[in-house]
Amino acid sequence: MISSDPKQVQRICFDNIEVENMHTLEVAKAHGAYAFLPNVLKDFDTDKIIDEVKVSGLRGRGGAGFPTGLKWSFVPRNTGKPIYLLCNADEGEPGTFKDRDIMRFDPHLLIEGMIMSGFALGVKDAYIYIRGEFLHEYNVMCGAIEEAYAANLLGDNILGSDYSMNLMMHRGAGAYICGEETALIESLEGKAGRPRFKPPFPAVEGFYGCPTVVNNVETIATVPAILEHGAAWHAAIGIPNNTGCKIFSVSGDVNKPGNYEVPMGTTLKVLIEDYCGGLKHGSVPKVVIPGGSSTPWLTGEHYEVPLTYDDLMKAGSFLGSGAIIVMDETADLVAITHRLTRFYAHESCGQCTPCREGTGWLERVLERVNAGQGSDDDVKVMKDASTHMAGRTICALAEGAAAPILSLLEHFPEDVQAKLLNPQQAEKTS
Amino acid sequence: MSTVTEPQFSEARLVEIKALSKRYPHQKSALMPVLYMAQEDFGYLSMEVQQMVADTLSLKIMEVREVVTFYTMFREQPCGKYLLEVCTNASCMMNGAYALLDHMTASLGIKAGETTADGMFTIAEVECAGACAGAPVVQVNNMYHENVTANDMDALLTKVRAGEVI
Repeated sequence: MISSDPKQVQRICFDNIEVENMHTLEVAKAHGAYAFLPNVLKDFDTDKIIDEVKVSGLRGRGGAGFPTGLKWSFVPRNTGKPIYLLCNADEGEPGTFKDRDIMRFDPHLLIEGMIMSGFALGVKDAYIYIRGEFLHEYNVMCGAIEEAYAANLLGDNILGSDYSMNLMMHRGAGAYICGEETALIESLEGKAGRPRFKPPFPAVEGFYGCPTVVNNVETIATVPAILEHGAAWHAAIGIPNNTGCKIFSVSGDVNKPGNYEVPMGTTLKVLIEDYCGGLKHGSVPKVVIPGGSSTPWLTGEHYEVPLTYDDLMKAGSFLGSGAIIVMDETADLVAITHRLTRFYAHESCGQCTPCREGTGWLERVLERVNAGQGSDDDVKVMKDASTHMAGRTICALAEGAAAPILSLLEHFPEDVQAKLLNPQQAEKTS
Repeated sequence: MSTVTEPQFSEARLVEIKALSKRYPHQKSALMPVLYMAQEDFGYLSMEVQQMVADTLSLKIMEVREVVTFYTMFREQPCGKYLLEVCTNASCMMNGAYALLDHMTASLGIKAGETTADGMFTIAEVECAGACAGAPVVQVNNMYHENVTANDMDALLTKVRAGEVI
């Protein structure tokens, strides 16, 4: 049974998030940062760390939920090429704002995670790719990295060990697609962020053709706790196959929007009512987008769903990045869908025709429908174009763009009908 | 014959760029950070500035153009001294972002994407800023302002006009 008392719950990444001046090395160290690092450098090796992370059950916190230890085990060793570790701090999925808090409030947690992960993978050069808008967070991270270098936590022979690693911040410049790992790699190579075909996967052929691991901020920030407390400790939090804690970024029609880290398996209702102060209007949400704007919508019937990768999949959606956008009975779903579609049309990188043309077309159709000028034919086009876009492109942006539209049409056809040019006529024919 | 002086990075910048380039496996990775430096030094990325960046990093002008035109934060046009970027994506929209944007455009007498005649303010509508708990979010020269009301914005504009640094 998971406690519903926010003060009692286990936290991992946010364990010290409220501590004042936690971004300084002195305060971070006083709260245990880097305390276990010497043990890792001395007593652990690649196999031991990968095994620990595998047994811990840690899954990628950026959106895909892929088992982290397994991802690491795909990296070929002894190819003669350098291995790179890239941290994905591009955080651009609408509704997501969790990595920002880790970076601005507890940057040393991320740095320690990078050192331990880099050590596991034999990495000499690691980079954190942060979205360009996060200038404050970039500056906080750069300051923390500088302090870490001065304390021999980064650079040559870390804490007197044989292990040396460089860590550098790299700013994106306003392109959502760079959160896709191969687009991120392209961008870090100084190019436009256009996703690559997979395979080859980055683990084999990534940054400048070398084996590369790309992990989300929250994923990397979880590694120190796993190594210090042990895989079994982590695996005991949450439920099997969905272990550990997860930060949920909750926004929209709730009274206390914010980031809340809770054990996996906490229900949506507990999160919204006990943590977020409940809905602004009504007792059951009209729509909940559970994992960022690209994930299919849940309706009120799923209010008690446990927040896990598996349960959300069973409910027809995804845990994604844990970005929960809540809409109560006052929400204008057609207007919101139009806005999200405009986002995807703007952010499509343009290399795949179905996505480039489809997102723009859908935006124009939704603009018409939202303005009260749409017809039944427009509804057919919305359904047809979104269905045919998904699965026909290099990356998942097109699926993400289709998700809100298909959800709107499936669950709330009456909201669409009400905005069409001649609602009475439309009602008669349906 | 041109009388316009070509833009040049300062010596200090060139030293900084040289050191930066060495921190990547290939110099090309330094393109985005160097474009940020150029934008800071020259205000925006004119064709001349882009050519200078290309020359500095031994890249073809097309390699630079491709990156400048792909990313929204690289600007090819000058903008106001204060760039006001209003997020209007879902969570901000649900929390009054469009009313705020309308208020700003009305009080400054410009549309989103335009700059005031005195060169002080540019308003831009932007995509999710990644701070949705503070919706609506406005970035003022890249610093985040959260839960912004029309009154907050009026106060901010008054301060800026009075010469206070934000």
